[in-house]
Amino acid sequence: MRNTDINWSDEIFAVLRDYDVAQVAYVPDAGHSRLIDRCIALNEITTVPLTTEEEGMALLGGAWLGGQRGAMLMQSSGVGNCINMLAFTKTCRFPLLMLVTMRGQWGEFNPWQVPMWQATPEVLELSGVITMPVDDAARMGETVAAAARMAFEGPAAVAVLISQRVIGAKSFGK
Amino acid sequence: MDRNRAENYPLRRRDVAARLLADRGDMLVVGGLGAPAWDITAAGDTPLNFPLWGAMGGAAAIGLGLALAQPARRVLVLTGDGDMLMGVGSLATIAAQRPANLAIVVQDNERYGETGMQTTHTAGDVDLAGMAAAAGFPVVGRAADEAEFEAAIPVIREAAGPVFYNVKIRAEMEDFVMPPKDGAHLKDRMRIALLGPDAAV
Repeated sequence: MRNTDINWSDEIFAVLRDYDVAQVAYVPDAGHSRLIDRCIALNEITTVPLTTEEEGMALLGGAWLGGQRGAMLMQSSGVGNCINMLAFTKTCRFPLLMLVTMRGQWGEFNPWQVPMWQATPEVLELSGVITMPVDDAARMGETVAAAARMAFEGPAAVAVLISQRVIGAKSFGK
Repeated sequence: MDRNRAENYPLRRRDVAARLLADRGDMLVVGGLGAPAWDITAAGDTPLNFPLWGAMGGAAAIGLGLALAQPARRVLVLTGDGDMLMGVGSLATIAAQRPANLAIVVQDNERYGETGMQTTHTAGDVDLAGMAAAAGFPVVGRAADEAEFEAAIPVIREAAGPVFYNVKIRAEMEDFVMPPKDGAHLKDRMRIALLGPDAAV
């Protein structure tokens, strides 16, 4: 059941602030649009739109080298683009916090989104990333906080997989 | 077009790297996969170097994250044409951010040097400096001879950027001068140098 009383984007935003995340990299997803807007509006966060998701691992590695924490906002359709650069994250033991909307999972009308969603948990796990699924908005805050703690105090690479049941299926306004 | 023309280019990679890094002060340097990583090591290994043994296509984006995190320091990414071509979209990402302290220098020998010196696209008409200019880099240059490179050095080291410079170098193999291989060590040594002894988690 979708819990529409809880604004899960705001809960993620609060965790990013709690953990002093200073660089937010993203390839947009409709589900992340509110969170992206809130990050853009805040001076303490530098938002970095990417041309492809693999730039995010490199960028956030550089951020950590320079003493800043980062987070990556993306959709499951872009997970395949990350595989090669996740080797960089793993080899150097960089922290990585990925917030992945699971496009294609639940009531998806576009079949081209489905294969990469379906492969996302295994692809990430095979690439050394811990995955933490969330299918209830009420658990978003605690899950992202747990992921952030593991990422930045570990270090570890952690992806929170945000169910399409939380986001709602995209409809193109129909 | 002579796709072997780079064998006769006058600029040499080790000399280019050594002169860009001479008297570097507190400049941070990312060396791209392969020969640029050996070149920055030959110029003098230090915790302020981050040489890449992998992450092909990622050197420029690593430099961007570092430059945004350390805006008071100069950040130099010295990389090869093969790495830059693989991550060419990051030129647009960098130009959109416009970090004034970041310089990207491609040592362009028109070859994949570590895999048998196969030609890259730049052995033809592909012009990485033109691509950087089209992406929106405010400072873009090309150097192919001694006079052009001498003029490029202060721009790369000091100009308000982001700066992109394409330096045509001779297609040749140099001796391996290998930096430490452990990526976690390379990461931690830079963080400790920048942030203090507690920075290694």
